[in-house]
Amino acid sequence: MTKDMGLPAEGMVFLPDDFERKHSGIQTHIDTNFASQSYWKDALLRFVKNKGALIGLVFLILVIVMAIVGPGMNSYTFSSQIITEQNLAPRVKALEKFGIFDGSETMETSTGVITYNKYLQNDALKDTYYWFGSDVLGRDIWTRTWVGTRISLYIALVAVAIDMLFGLSYGLISGYFGGRVDNVMQRIAEVVNGIPNLVIVTLLILVLRPGLKTITFALMITGWIGMSRIARAQMLKLKEQEFVLASRTLGAGNLQIIFREILPNIFGQLITNTMFSIPNAIFTEAFLAFIGLGVPVPMASLGSLIAEAFKSFTTHPYMIVPPVVVLAILMLSCNLLADGLRDAFDPKMKEM
Amino acid sequence: MKKYILKRLLISIVTLLVILFILFLMLQLMPGSPFNDEKLTTEQVAALNQKYGLDKPVYIQFFNYVKNMLSGDFGVSYTISKNTPIAQLLKTRLPTSIRIGGQAVLLGTVIGLFLGIVAALNHNTIWDTLTTVVSVLGVSLPSYVFALALSYTLGFKLKWFPILYDIKLPFDSSILPTIALSMFTIATIARFTRSEMLEVLGSDYMLLAESKGIRGPRLIFRHALRNALIPIITVLAPLIVGLMTGSLVVEKIFSIPGIGSLMVTAIQANDYNVTITLAFIYSAMYIGIMLVVDILYGIIDPRISLAKEGGHD
Repeated sequence: MTKDMGLPAEGMVFLPDDFERKHSGIQTHIDTNFASQSYWKDALLRFVKNKGALIGLVFLILVIVMAIVGPGMNSYTFSSQIITEQNLAPRVKALEKFGIFDGSETMETSTGVITYNKYLQNDALKDTYYWFGSDVLGRDIWTRTWVGTRISLYIALVAVAIDMLFGLSYGLISGYFGGRVDNVMQRIAEVVNGIPNLVIVTLLILVLRPGLKTITFALMITGWIGMSRIARAQMLKLKEQEFVLASRTLGAGNLQIIFREILPNIFGQLITNTMFSIPNAIFTEAFLAFIGLGVPVPMASLGSLIAEAFKSFTTHPYMIVPPVVVLAILMLSCNLLADGLRDAFDPKMKEM
Repeated sequence: MKKYILKRLLISIVTLLVILFILFLMLQLMPGSPFNDEKLTTEQVAALNQKYGLDKPVYIQFFNYVKNMLSGDFGVSYTISKNTPIAQLLKTRLPTSIRIGGQAVLLGTVIGLFLGIVAALNHNTIWDTLTTVVSVLGVSLPSYVFALALSYTLGFKLKWFPILYDIKLPFDSSILPTIALSMFTIATIARFTRSEMLEVLGSDYMLLAESKGIRGPRLIFRHALRNALIPIITVLAPLIVGLMTGSLVVEKIFSIPGIGSLMVTAIQANDYNVTITLAFIYSAMYIGIMLVVDILYGIIDPRISLAKEGGHD
């Protein structure tokens, strides 16, 4: 390096705008919490500030409420069919005056597009209202959609239970005991993880009969691995810390250390990870239903409703819209909620 | 490093053997025998059993089974197309599926990277929000929803692309399936690239590079993206899984003559032999790709193999 590169030449003067400050536009962090706060309160504060997560929570609650009360809101049941009322377009009492949801549908024929209304053509149907329409077998799509949502929510519960009972314990035990126990347990997990879920699930359903029990069982075999990894990593991080040593000196047993001392410290990450595994499980069910391995008829799930409506979706596209929209809202709100929880519990944690 | 590769290889082989064992077990436990014709006498059945090696001990049968599966002798189809060797069914279907899957990976990676970089460079602007929306949608919606939406709008209403796969137009009719299949890849890669880029852009060495006077594309591609890309390899596993499950439904929707639609047909027609063969092929592909990814990751980032070995012992 030559000398004049480092030093200003003689007679040269620095001007104020020769240098600009990096990061001058960014506001410095203002500490709003003068008093120290508990971890949970802090997390709650961050969660409430996150708009996406709140929207997700509201929609999730809405879907849950609708799944509970929705099927009882009209007189149809999910399996009752009225043969004379097939393929009716959506019709809602108050909205039909505005020209939407008035029961009319369009059909493309060789002479052009025609609009017709089956409700008005038939006198018996004058006072009939199918809010989401009726399907090819004359069943109410509104009721079937919300009954199907119940299945998806049940699957979500199953996913949570598997994560919390099996994945969590597996990871914690593997990480806590270490050594040979860890080695064997991790090899098993690696082998199970090496088999694609798709294969496990389809093979299982081939052997057992398709149905809710089989789907639950399939999820149990594949669902725990992600959670066990997180739990193990957290355990490895925490188990050498002083508070664990302190607890052990005071005479705590292994189980007490694992579940009473370490578990509360990693609960945030665990909840976040559980939220992320819910969409996966719902996905699996919807996928299975679509390829014909879902809940047996006349039971409905969102996936099987989509698969059924797919067969006639060019002629009656309104049939496929409700299950797709509900599924989308459910998945979206779970993802948004999970994102929000992750940011709330651990703002520095990266996306996984 | 050598030890790490060896260990990964060993685990992959064990996994493959476990899968083969499960599949073999399933074939054994399935009700019925291949020779259940009532006209056959006991001697004839015994002769047939001897001919096909079914009188041998189970472990030798398993050994033969492994040998056959690995050499591509998968047996014949029972119901879909009777007595056709499965290898023959796969001959044309496998390349079609791999081609469409490859197109989806390519499209998804390019668009995903582009969206991720744009979002990170324009942090907290409309572009950033747009990318977040696209990535949340892509992760939240199953690929068949995209497939249905695309085939209804661009295929059925606008008639830009064929709704059903046409063998005479292999590229034109693979456009819609490719887009539908790539949505998950786009979303995952965009999301990950964005968060990695944001972290790299805020790091001290980027500040150093900038103060040295490096600007423009050189700064973004050579200094930022290179460091951001390493962790992206870790999301490849869910991507492959997504592609596999996605291919089943997307191929079914567009009637693509690939292995995904064959699998669906085989499941619905109770063709055990075809289903089990395809399960084996999917597993083998998955294990192979995961092995390559893990080794690649170990080479790119030596800390991984060290940490993994250290963590176990």
